[in-house]
Amino acid sequence: MAQIFSRGANSIARASILGGLILVVGLLWAALQLQRSPYFTYAGVARPQPVPFPHQHHVGGLGIDCRYCHTTVEVSGFAGIPPTKTCMNCHSQIWTAAPMLEPVRESYRTGKSLSWSRANDLPDFAYFDHSIHVTKGIGCNTCHGRVDQMPLMYNQASLQMEWCINCHRAPEKNLRPHYVKENAADPMTMGDQIYNMAYEEPSAEHPVTIREGQSYKTFTSQTGPEGLGTYLVKANNVRSPRDITSCNTCHR
Amino acid sequence: MDNVRKPEDVCPGKKDKLELAEVREKLSEARGPKYWRTLDELAQTPEFEEMMHREFPKHASEWTDKSSRRDFMKIMGASLALAGLSACTKQPLEPIVPYVKQPNNLVLGKPLFYATAMTLGAYGTGLLVESHEGRPTKIEGNPQHPSSLGGTDVFTQASVLGMYDPDRSQVNTYISESRSWPDVLSNLREVAKAEKANGGAGLRVLSGATSSPSFVAQMQEFLKVYPQAKWYQWEAVNRDNVYAGAQMAFGQPVETVYDFSKAKVVLSLDGDFLSSGFPGFHRYTREFARRRRPELKEEMLRFYAVESAPTNTSAKADHRLHVKASEVEPFVRALAGALGVAQAGGEFKAGQKKFAAALAKDLQAHKGEVLVVVGDSQTPVTHALAHAINASLGSVGKTVSYTEPVDPFAATGKLDQLRQLTAEMNSGKVGTLLVLNTNPVYDAPVDVGFFDALNKVKLRVHLGLYQDETAKYCHWHLCGAHYLEHWGDTRTFDGTVSFIQPLIAPLYGGHSESELIGFLTNENEATSYGLTQGYWMTQHNADFKSWWDRSLHDGFVEGSAAATKAVTAKAASFAAGYAATTAAPAAGALEVIFRRDATIYDGRFANNGWLQETPKPMTQICWDSPVLMSVATAKKLKLKSEDEVELELNGRKVKGAIWITPGHPDDAVTISLGGGRELAGRTGSGIGFSAYKLRTSDAMWFAGGLKLTATGGHFGLASPQGHQSMEGRAIVRAATLEDFIKNPGFAHEMVEAPAAGLTMYAPYEYKDHKWGMAIDLNSCVGCKTCEVACQAENNIAVVGKEQVKSGRIMHWLRIDNYHEGPPENPNTYFQPVPCQQCENAPCELVCPVGATSHSTEGLNDMVYNRCVGTRYCSNNCPYKVRRFNFLLYSDFETPQLKFQRNPEVTVRSRGVMEKCTYCVQRITHGRINAEEQNRKVQDGEILTACQQACPAEAIVFGDLNDAGSRVAKLKASQRNYGLLEELNTRPRTTYMAAVRNPNPELES
Repeated sequence: MAQIFSRGANSIARASILGGLILVVGLLWAALQLQRSPYFTYAGVARPQPVPFPHQHHVGGLGIDCRYCHTTVEVSGFAGIPPTKTCMNCHSQIWTAAPMLEPVRESYRTGKSLSWSRANDLPDFAYFDHSIHVTKGIGCNTCHGRVDQMPLMYNQASLQMEWCINCHRAPEKNLRPHYVKENAADPMTMGDQIYNMAYEEPSAEHPVTIREGQSYKTFTSQTGPEGLGTYLVKANNVRSPRDITSCNTCHR
Repeated sequence: MDNVRKPEDVCPGKKDKLELAEVREKLSEARGPKYWRTLDELAQTPEFEEMMHREFPKHASEWTDKSSRRDFMKIMGASLALAGLSACTKQPLEPIVPYVKQPNNLVLGKPLFYATAMTLGAYGTGLLVESHEGRPTKIEGNPQHPSSLGGTDVFTQASVLGMYDPDRSQVNTYISESRSWPDVLSNLREVAKAEKANGGAGLRVLSGATSSPSFVAQMQEFLKVYPQAKWYQWEAVNRDNVYAGAQMAFGQPVETVYDFSKAKVVLSLDGDFLSSGFPGFHRYTREFARRRRPELKEEMLRFYAVESAPTNTSAKADHRLHVKASEVEPFVRALAGALGVAQAGGEFKAGQKKFAAALAKDLQAHKGEVLVVVGDSQTPVTHALAHAINASLGSVGKTVSYTEPVDPFAATGKLDQLRQLTAEMNSGKVGTLLVLNTNPVYDAPVDVGFFDALNKVKLRVHLGLYQDETAKYCHWHLCGAHYLEHWGDTRTFDGTVSFIQPLIAPLYGGHSESELIGFLTNENEATSYGLTQGYWMTQHNADFKSWWDRSLHDGFVEGSAAATKAVTAKAASFAAGYAATTAAPAAGALEVIFRRDATIYDGRFANNGWLQETPKPMTQICWDSPVLMSVATAKKLKLKSEDEVELELNGRKVKGAIWITPGHPDDAVTISLGGGRELAGRTGSGIGFSAYKLRTSDAMWFAGGLKLTATGGHFGLASPQGHQSMEGRAIVRAATLEDFIKNPGFAHEMVEAPAAGLTMYAPYEYKDHKWGMAIDLNSCVGCKTCEVACQAENNIAVVGKEQVKSGRIMHWLRIDNYHEGPPENPNTYFQPVPCQQCENAPCELVCPVGATSHSTEGLNDMVYNRCVGTRYCSNNCPYKVRRFNFLLYSDFETPQLKFQRNPEVTVRSRGVMEKCTYCVQRITHGRINAEEQNRKVQDGEILTACQQACPAEAIVFGDLNDAGSRVAKLKASQRNYGLLEELNTRPRTTYMAAVRNPNPELES
């Protein structure tokens, strides 16, 4: 009886063992990539909204402070979503007839809330608190990105646990001072830096000077022993990475 | 029937359990005090042995559903395939819906607290209610309130679920046709017109008891408009005997207010002042617990109880005399004679003489520090004699004071009022009957004949929260408003006026009784707010606005407690009272004792799942109303627990299930009111049996001549008492005061605790906070308030009777009862057991997915989204405090129930383990709050839900790194010990050993 398998079949068998392995690993890798992709996380994907509200125009163009609308960001876990009344503070005076704003006017007229689509949506088993992050020196754009450059709102970050925990493991990387020494030439550096979308972390070319008691202190790096972040971890009593990576920090 | 499982199925050939001789033998063999939890455990029955060696009762983890394993595989095959797909679905887009105009003082994400009050019977309880964006989610005690001092009870804790109850009536109906409120009003206007024309001659109102000043004023106004009309009140659990006793003693009904803070010797005559529902429970419990600290040494209060039905109150007594309810009065008569108070006849029975002699001596030795408390269910003569004893022992003005009755209609008993109304209905005088928030068709005594008389009334209007038994037989049913939905006022037990402030607009469009009566009075549609405020404007003219705002903010009117009233015993009427002796029941027959239910009160809370699932303090039975009897009586009648019996009293019959109860008097059975509701709702209908079917007006609280016959059937009862047993270790530690003074460190000598550094690893240093809890077993009265508070705070699911029987109750905090001594008269200790938050936690080591891990503050965290449900952690937990979601217990569908949930706590799904977190959400908020203000967390700033609710201050939580904190001080106390500390788990929750204060003359 003739051989069923030719000699070449051995090589195919060997190759298929390796190939199978590659296939399994590849599939796993693909799955991991897929669940990290914007397809799953919506990162960078703008949501359909009842009114195409441009943060770019209101924040970047007009310079409205974040806290004008997100009023409770400093005192509550929830930053707050502005009631229709906040929109109408201005839009009862300007753009009063713009067809785009009809849903806002309708809401104000009828007393029925607008229903926005939430862009930064954490899973329900994760509990995030805005006020403590703001107090300790995490700027808005650290997580939300350059909102002042977003025509329509989207979440910049993946909002996945690995993204949260990267920062909790090394908070000094992202801490910024609330107030820096005023630079008259550059008005964007005035005011609370947390809400400054254009804040730049200190570097040799761009040092950051903050007030320390009666004197000033200048930093030329963010991390490292002489870094601003390292300084702020101490100054703001930021709990240790071990503390803030305890499960109950976010899950309860 | 699934629940009919005969004992021989479980263990073939086994002998009848609970042989008394066997029990005695076991006890005599034991050296030192032996603690036991159930009679099965005491007798070491095979069932108990079997259960103890299983983590969950038999069948709990087995497939018992009707469909076969093959069906299961088929279904699961499809589910698994779909489950794979479901991992590919994305998190759905979620809408975010802002206000149109946001309320001023609302900070989104932060709860607001409002002061309000809940009324039960005529008595209010001052509360604070947590509100999240307009949804009340949790009831807290109001620490500023002088009557509750921040304590709550099971009824108030569970009332928030009652408000969201999806079974509440949601439409007004006229003979089962739905009607709008304007339509109701136009019909009522016709009725009002017709009745006004003849002065209200045919108009009668039946309501529950009330102490509301504004509503009483409204009633008077109403009766002015309808001069011929009459207003009656009915409460099934009423205080008629209390006021009749006061009438007998003083010639007028008065309210008795106790002050335990000045008492040294307390005698309770069926007085359950440590049980939810007793007027003044919160303050009495707190004062009592404070006077029971063993650190007071000789000043520690001593408590004697003469009692019939065992309650958690009598469990706290140093000496108990178990007598039938009918034997309390003869005992008091004899005691009055022995004390030289009055010659009232009565003799001590043979077994009582030693107890009585020691008691009398103790009482006389502590004149001015004596307090005799009588329960609502005892006879008027008992009350009158207690007044006389209190007076003659110098208690009046010290431990006892008298005020005007809180219930302004106390002069006529509630039963008499119901009888009068029934007589009027029978005579055809009543053309229109309004029934307000009361359910007499269900709970009236059978012989009054209320139901038959009701059919003779032409127009019957019912206002209430439910389409209940009474609503069914009324033409009109109007949706009532819950106390969290309307304005009003009430008085607490000491007369303090407390405001009822709504937390939410009526969920189902209900209306309060004040709104209905207001409309019938002047045909104007007034709101409960206008009515309440309008009344108080007439009472306080000067600076009303600031007075009103202040009182609403505080929840009560400053200094409005009723003035003390000087009353003197009226000798003549007093003597006359003695003549009326209750006839001794026929020999051989049993006595039946009726009691308000410890969790569902008189049946009004039957549809509240939290209350139904709370194991009742003494029996640990939930979802049922069993027939309680003593070990000896059960043996005599050849009955065992869970035997179905038929009870017959005066020809009326009901069926119930036996539960043998340690400490129950012989030849008597106790049944609690409130079971057997027919129209309570989906949760409460058909639970237990109705004791009202036996209750007659001549024997409201106890009656002789009960016949009891076994039907031969088996009726399963759900009692988690035997679950999660910790075998015979030194779990509860107790001593007498004498021993404690001699040897304050007794609790440590029982078991050798391993040294602190006994570990192979470098010890972890808890630098910042180190959370811990101390639970004082001496203070805990076993009232179960903490269990319900925990359930409310932590979104704990209700599982139902069958699941409880399978050992799947989800309560994170359980209260174990430990008995010590003979089953006829054991000493009972209550031990609340939450997660012990071990520093060397056995559960953490065995979790394969790291779902339970240690935080840097020493909390044993549980991460639900990591848990895959292996249950190894529960297996390895020596305290058995972990709970597994065997099924999807949480209701993810009903919108109202979603509103109730605490948004700060994850709602758990099927297949995950859960347990006490020390209310980590409260810790987080307290910590964030302190950090934002750049300061340390203050002691007492973070209270766990159980601690906040506890009226006895038995639970103290705090930071062990703060040497000045209350918890750190308690842990330094010599009574402090850890549960199973010999295992080197290093629990953060520790207990303060119990200390009893027995009379040396009685302690043999």
